[in-house]
Amino acid sequence: MNSSSNLINALFIFVLAGFIGFEVIRRVSPLLHTPLMSLTNALDAIAVVGAIVLVGEHKSTLAAVFGFIAVVAATSNIVGGFLITDRMLKMFKSSRPADKPVAK
Amino acid sequence: MTPELAGGQVIIELVYLIASVLFILSLKWMSSPTTARHGIWAGEIGMLLAICGTLLHHGIVDYRLIAIGLVLGTIIGVPLGRVAMTAVPQRTALSHAFGALCVTLVGSAEFYLRSPDISRFMMSVLSLEVILGGLTVTGSLMAAGKLQEILPQRPLTYKGQNLVNFLLLACALVIAVTLVLHPENRSLFPFMILIALTFGVLLIIPIGGADMPTVISLLNGYAGLSAAAMGFVLDSKLLIIAGALDGSSGLILSIIMSKAMNRSFTNVLFGAFGQVQTSAAAGEEARPVRSATPEEAAAILSAANKVIIVPGYGMAVAQAQHKVRELYDALTKRGVDVRFAIHPVAGRMPGHMNVLLAEADIPYDRLIEMDEINGDFPQTDVALVIGANDVTNPAARSDVSSPIYGMPILDVDKAHTVMVIKRSMNPGFAGIDNPLYYLDNTLMLFGDAKQFVGSIVRELGGGHG
Repeated sequence: MNSSSNLINALFIFVLAGFIGFEVIRRVSPLLHTPLMSLTNALDAIAVVGAIVLVGEHKSTLAAVFGFIAVVAATSNIVGGFLITDRMLKMFKSSRPADKPVAK
Repeated sequence: MTPELAGGQVIIELVYLIASVLFILSLKWMSSPTTARHGIWAGEIGMLLAICGTLLHHGIVDYRLIAIGLVLGTIIGVPLGRVAMTAVPQRTALSHAFGALCVTLVGSAEFYLRSPDISRFMMSVLSLEVILGGLTVTGSLMAAGKLQEILPQRPLTYKGQNLVNFLLLACALVIAVTLVLHPENRSLFPFMILIALTFGVLLIIPIGGADMPTVISLLNGYAGLSAAAMGFVLDSKLLIIAGALDGSSGLILSIIMSKAMNRSFTNVLFGAFGQVQTSAAAGEEARPVRSATPEEAAAILSAANKVIIVPGYGMAVAQAQHKVRELYDALTKRGVDVRFAIHPVAGRMPGHMNVLLAEADIPYDRLIEMDEINGDFPQTDVALVIGANDVTNPAARSDVSSPIYGMPILDVDKAHTVMVIKRSMNPGFAGIDNPLYYLDNTLMLFGDAKQFVGSIVRELGGGHG
């Protein structure tokens, strides 16, 4: 394992992704900050991949048990996070598209 | 892991690359409500690809347990995706706890699988991962409990609180350093976790309900950073990217929230907030206020050209948002220009008020941020304040001795007429008197927000059919 070059690569990725994150998220409308947080929460649950490998490889009982709980926790975040973000975004409607069935 | 990747491994890594790109696009599309729903699809596809790619991993022998875990998680996740909009802050706090739990458990399992064969760097990152993860688990659970009002919302403070917290964190760091130098000391590891968990509880104890938007954002940032640390440990670029995105999102939101509450960022980073001094306990002299009935309020509103409604969390507590929508409709029908002024910390988490108003079918282009709308108050006929208090307090601009001095506020006092719906003259959360109520152009509308707005709507409807 050439860990030092792996480490440098990982640091590069972390720093660059952090910059992208800052630039992208700075542009998110404050209108959508709540759905933003539930969305990043769901995306963050990508940690499930680490948990899946732990469970699947079954290298020790402890690892499998911890991994299993982790899979459950992360999956509930993925499902719940995407669901609620979608529900919230559906509610945001503009007043422009023929939204006014004006009486008189 | 050799430098030459096996064929299957290359495919998995490529799938992860596509997932990373989709995640970034997903956040990019959140910039506007018109594209935001593409963002969800991108996120979902990315997630699906990543999970499928992982299942191809050659080392996986046991698929049954994975399947059970995925199904169980889905069963728990669905109801969490269907909570009421008022409950979104506690749901979010809870999911921060779940995310951090996942990270902490995976980190712990990795430690026991690898120790004592762990490089110093790896052990440092792993310690960071489980300490941040552990404190986020209990901290978020505490925050969720406070928001759900299972736990007392009142900040709990005692003498030497910061010292205790500091010492605890120092203990955790000492253990971490010991483990970095001697990773064979497996028995020390649980203590590090235990301290992190305790620290999370103590961190949130002194924080009151009004500070929750900052706390939730901060915990979001911690959860993201711990996931990124996990990416380092597992050498997973996808996880590093997702963690970095989540971490920067949480940090940006914390900065926005702390600015909106006039607290410095270092203050936030060290969790030293929630300590609003209870100085100047209420000016005793009973100053005169002017009050008005729903009939009078309706008459003033229907005569206005421009109305700005300033909603606060009190509106949501009173479940008045749907009545407010009716008021919006009734006034709009009469040709009155109605807009909503949204303070960044209105509600219990960043952007919460927008969601509550959108749920009541108020078009989002009528919801205007503080910086954009503040200049319009002098040309506004009526500013109607519903359930907001401190964010309208002019003392924040002028009174150096006020605890909220310097906090950016909505300049409602500059409107021609200010109407404030309020239960009584009791001061709000922070216990700070609001000089707004005693101004000559202010009318107090005493009563429950939902009922009062309802009466105004009836008056408006009854007058002109």
